[in-house]
Amino acid sequence: MTIAGYSIGDLASVLAMQGFAGLILFSVFTLMALGLAIIFGQMGVVNMAHGEFMAAGAYTTYLCCHLVQKFAPFLFGIYFFFAMALAFVVCGALGYATEVYMVRRLYKRPLDTLLATWGLSLVMQQCFRSLFGAREVGVSLPGWLMGSFNLTDTIQVPINGLFVMTLTMAITGAVFLLLFRSRWGCQMRAVTQNRPMSGAAGINTDRIDRYTFAFACGIAGIAGSAFTMIGSTSPTSGQLYIVDTFLVVVFGGAQSLLGTVASAFSISQVQSSLEFFLSGSMAKVITLLVVIGILMLRPQGLFVLKVRR
Amino acid sequence: MMESSQNIPFMTRKELISFAVLAALLFLVLPSALDVFRLSLVGKYLTYAFAAVGLVLCWGYGGILSLGQGVFFGLGGYCMAMFLKLESSDPISTKIQSTPGIPDFMDWNQITSLPFFWQPFHSFGFTLFAIVAVPTIFAFIIGVAMFKRRMGGVYFAIITQAVAAILTILIIGQQGYTGGVNGITDLRTLKGWDIRSNEAKVVLYYVNGGLLMVALFVSQYVRTSKLGRILVAMRDREDRVRFSGYDVDAFKIFVFCLAAAISAVGGAMFTLQVGFMSPSFVGIVPSIDMVIFCVVGGRLSLLGAVYGTLLVNWAKTSFSEAFPSLWLFGLGGLFIAVVLVFPDGLAGLYNSHAEPALQRGLVGLRATAKSLMRRLKTA
Repeated sequence: MTIAGYSIGDLASVLAMQGFAGLILFSVFTLMALGLAIIFGQMGVVNMAHGEFMAAGAYTTYLCCHLVQKFAPFLFGIYFFFAMALAFVVCGALGYATEVYMVRRLYKRPLDTLLATWGLSLVMQQCFRSLFGAREVGVSLPGWLMGSFNLTDTIQVPINGLFVMTLTMAITGAVFLLLFRSRWGCQMRAVTQNRPMSGAAGINTDRIDRYTFAFACGIAGIAGSAFTMIGSTSPTSGQLYIVDTFLVVVFGGAQSLLGTVASAFSISQVQSSLEFFLSGSMAKVITLLVVIGILMLRPQGLFVLKVRR
Repeated sequence: MMESSQNIPFMTRKELISFAVLAALLFLVLPSALDVFRLSLVGKYLTYAFAAVGLVLCWGYGGILSLGQGVFFGLGGYCMAMFLKLESSDPISTKIQSTPGIPDFMDWNQITSLPFFWQPFHSFGFTLFAIVAVPTIFAFIIGVAMFKRRMGGVYFAIITQAVAAILTILIIGQQGYTGGVNGITDLRTLKGWDIRSNEAKVVLYYVNGGLLMVALFVSQYVRTSKLGRILVAMRDREDRVRFSGYDVDAFKIFVFCLAAAISAVGGAMFTLQVGFMSPSFVGIVPSIDMVIFCVVGGRLSLLGAVYGTLLVNWAKTSFSEAFPSLWLFGLGGLFIAVVLVFPDGLAGLYNSHAEPALQRGLVGLRATAKSLMRRLKTA
């Protein structure tokens, strides 16, 4: 039995492979969108430079890879974990500085944060270009991350993809724990839900803002670090993802982190399965149109969390 | 009646003088000071000013930040480009193609007949209509869909940005119908009139300047009418205006469509003056650039938008000629500075610094003139 020239078995394995490709896309979207959901959804800042924070994480990983290869080759097998931690620290520090010098003055004007952070993103892009060149760079993976599992004859699962997915789950879990189980997370949620009240309860809201912003940028750094494993980095790679990421966050319901994960999942799955039937560009167009269409029916996004403004 | 005393005049004397100064600059100073190449460069900058003027109305007064003005600019430009392309691909000059009489890029993409949506662009009248109508209808659809659902502010900005992204991907992806990433190039004549000659460039510059003045007058009219005051009220306290019985959505849709129509005219003039249209004038980056032109000029100042556009583009051209790598630093820094340090842009700086100085100078001048007169009389 065949459908459009494919047998059922072929079609099933194609769907499985596309589904898996969608899962990798989902990982990248989730990591990107988690940070943005905190900054945009919780703090109300439109951070157009979020993609560049991701790229900064990717470049940090790239640097680590080269340094380790040159000076400490015996560590090469596990350099990735250092790189990721370093990316978190570097991007967190950059984010902290951004909050202190720029974003802090603009909390009352969300549209202006959009313009100012867009300016920041241009500056960061040019920094990348001056430091690392305009061409794409990639990292070399240690041996144990290369290759793929053969589940059946026709279904192959790349190991680096699996690793990125595991990592995404671990990080998402950690973020949820931090936000919903730790004291700091509790304070952060209190500040977003009712700022004057949490100030009155003795929470230093300015300090919480600074650390929240830095933390979210740090997650973007980790996202960039993970991203290097499945693609190459160029100065403009951040800009490629920023629109999708914002749509993921808005689609999920800006205040709900669970919604962000759910919407990252649905958008990435739709896009990657459409990519099989249509050209890549049309798949993207249709995905974005569907997202916008659903948003018009349901402007508050998939999941709604009651927040008092 | 209270109302009549609150009416804003169409133009105060001060504004009239500012309009006259701009007109003198555009029509007298620049044409006499610049050669044809530089003049048509200024003409190109001025086409962006249309979009910036639209943004002043839509964002400065209406409070609706659209990150998709490039979409409307591009749609207007593409409508014009389609007409010009059809004119330049007549069967005789395209006889080496496998299908003569269709644009060259279609032939390269194995398309054998003119697609249906290209057909009406044989007519110049329809093209002129389409340049304004297509973007306006598109804006109307977006506006109705968004504002009726009460989506505004940041969400609106993000969605319009996504629309800009979608349109760019679509144009690049559908190469056979749109010319792809290269755009529609090699445009030569408008109704048999060579638009690439020096003389045509000067004429087009004046037409462009004239249209810009018309756009400015229309915007000034809207701004000072009752509609303009409702827009401001809506921007500052949307709920109160809604509860007072106004149909807020309709006002938003109107101003968004008006801004779209104004930028579309700019896009069409861009195609005529530059001789091509490509997706790089449609997407996210040009759309945000248009916002920065508007902010640099001062988001509440129509004339400021024109000066802001000229200034930023002039800086871009001269910077990127001299130090190409520094330009993005400059532009990024400008974004940050204009938001953090002088949010009212050039117009704000003018009002707070230049105007008092000018006033002092005028007062001084008048005093000296008076004392001179007195001395003359006594002599």
